[in-house]
Amino acid sequence: MSRSEGSSPFTTVSDVELNDRERIARWLEQSVFAPARVLLSDWRGIVGALIVFAYILAGTVGVWLIPEPVQNQAPREAVWFQSMEYILGADHMGRSLVSLIVHGTPTILKMILAGAVFTTVMATTVGMLSGYKGGRVDTILSTVMDVFITIPGLPLVIVLATMFEPKNVYLIGILVTINTWAGLARSIRSQVLTIRGEYYVEVSRTMGVPIRTILKDDILPNILPYVFINFVLAGRRVIFSSVALYFLGILPRVGSHWGVILNTAYSNGALYTSSLRYWIIVPVATIVVLSYGLFILSQAADRLFNVRLRAKHESTSEETTGMPAD
Amino acid sequence: MKWLYKRLMQFVITVFVVMTLSFGLVRFMPGGPMDYIRAQALANAGTGTTRTLVLETSREALGFTPDAPLHVQYFNYITDILMGDLGISIANDEPVSAIIAEALPWTLFLMVLSMTIMFVGAIVIGAFMAYRESGRLDTGLTSIFAVLNSTPYYIVALLLLSYMAFELNWFPKRGRVAPFIEPGFTVEFIYSALYHATLPVISIVITGIGGIALQMRGNAIQILGEDYLHVGRLRGIPERRLTYRYVARNAILPMYTQFMIKLGTMFGGAVVLEQIFTYQGIGKYMFEAISMRDYPLMMGCFLVITLAVVTGVFIADMTYGLIDPRISTGGESNESF
Repeated sequence: MSRSEGSSPFTTVSDVELNDRERIARWLEQSVFAPARVLLSDWRGIVGALIVFAYILAGTVGVWLIPEPVQNQAPREAVWFQSMEYILGADHMGRSLVSLIVHGTPTILKMILAGAVFTTVMATTVGMLSGYKGGRVDTILSTVMDVFITIPGLPLVIVLATMFEPKNVYLIGILVTINTWAGLARSIRSQVLTIRGEYYVEVSRTMGVPIRTILKDDILPNILPYVFINFVLAGRRVIFSSVALYFLGILPRVGSHWGVILNTAYSNGALYTSSLRYWIIVPVATIVVLSYGLFILSQAADRLFNVRLRAKHESTSEETTGMPAD
Repeated sequence: MKWLYKRLMQFVITVFVVMTLSFGLVRFMPGGPMDYIRAQALANAGTGTTRTLVLETSREALGFTPDAPLHVQYFNYITDILMGDLGISIANDEPVSAIIAEALPWTLFLMVLSMTIMFVGAIVIGAFMAYRESGRLDTGLTSIFAVLNSTPYYIVALLLLSYMAFELNWFPKRGRVAPFIEPGFTVEFIYSALYHATLPVISIVITGIGGIALQMRGNAIQILGEDYLHVGRLRGIPERRLTYRYVARNAILPMYTQFMIKLGTMFGGAVVLEQIFTYQGIGKYMFEAISMRDYPLMMGCFLVITLAVVTGVFIADMTYGLIDPRISTGGESNESF
């Protein structure tokens, strides 16, 4: 943003007038294309995005292409790479593992979406409010955050899951990340603590701009890349915890899920029968690859946030954040 | 002093929130413990005495009688817990506190061992990577860590158990120690315990070490670029002293938060891990309690796991204040807007 120098900032009118289309184009450029360019300028960004894209494809288009898992569509406990029809083998009921995996993908994706949205929205709201407001609000919110941080997540989720027995996919996604937001909120709070002292925030405050607007326009843009990174990482958390809970057989089953495949493989002795090991390795590989994709994507996104790393990408960096250049 | 008071208050608040949560779940969940106990008592009793039986069973198992006023129930529940009475396990017909007292040391043993190896290892490796930034070792380890970090610990546990224990027979397949070994401070016992703990510890360490090492690396790289380090060098402070007193100390300090968060994740993970290795610790008991709908034991395990973590975090917090005086003097401005 350029401001003409010299005269009083209150009397100066911006020398460039924007119409709506230009404004949208600029917004797209600033918050979509420029970050995407930084993301994809790195091999990790490309690979990560490709992996995530492939899973989304499997969960949307793949469900149409690959037949649903039904009993005896393949020989029982067929080993992998024996036939093109059930290339990854089949389980004890003769259901093809490819079908099970692909048809389990939408469930996982929905859970990831719900959990990650819940975590980031919750954390950003609480963290920004607590960090910006300070005083009593901060004391109360900080205590709430600290309580949630210290309560170990998995046992809490297990207890809640056994008692509530949630049946809704999105609800399960939120449930398994029930206290993940607190840790993120804490770190957002400490970032906001440094941002709130910036002169442009002070200017907005003196001008009497409402808190909502200050948070939205002055503070949020600074932490947005960081929030994005943690959106991706929260998605990973959802995968880890939901698979663990389905593996243990604690969550009620809603459709197919990769954790359920692991669970059936485990209870059918795939662990100690070497001929059945494909049955464990297939869901494991599915989980690890997606999780790896999300992880390197978050690492690539780190450049959007980490100023020291971003310095190497001068060309796009000036547009990506609202940080005033000296 | 104010800081100490604040921490202490927070500890107490957390403990109370957890106990209240637990009470609320036990008391109000439809289809939860109360209904279960009622059904049990009905099954055990003939006719007529059901009501007294229900009251007795729930007083014994859960720590409160459902016909008392709510605040009395709550008060009874809390005081029972504070006095170490966690009720009677339905499935084992034993006091929950006795079961937990026997199991908890084993879980603590696993966790302390894993945490120590993980953090010491991560700090050393991370520091090495920072000093050789962008070298072959650094890039190699970074990519290995990215993969390991993407693998949940329980999956590594499954694979290790499958290959190292069942296929190759190198490690025990289940249990905490070999059978028929007298517990005590004998070489045999300690060796057997360590031998049984190897695979669980490895699965925690190799999946967790990467993230921490990368954080240590990042911290160290940042500090290596600080001005005070250049000044120190110009003043002729020996490189050794710079490494240990300036770089290492400042890079390790922020890891404390990581440590506290990890504490919770790992203790929570015990439920999955101990189930896989059939390791009779508190996590395994919690899982068994869930599958048998043994609510007193389940809530007891939940409470104790949580309290262990809260206490661990509290201790870490206190020592953090000792190491880093900035924390206890409260440097950040808290002006209200």
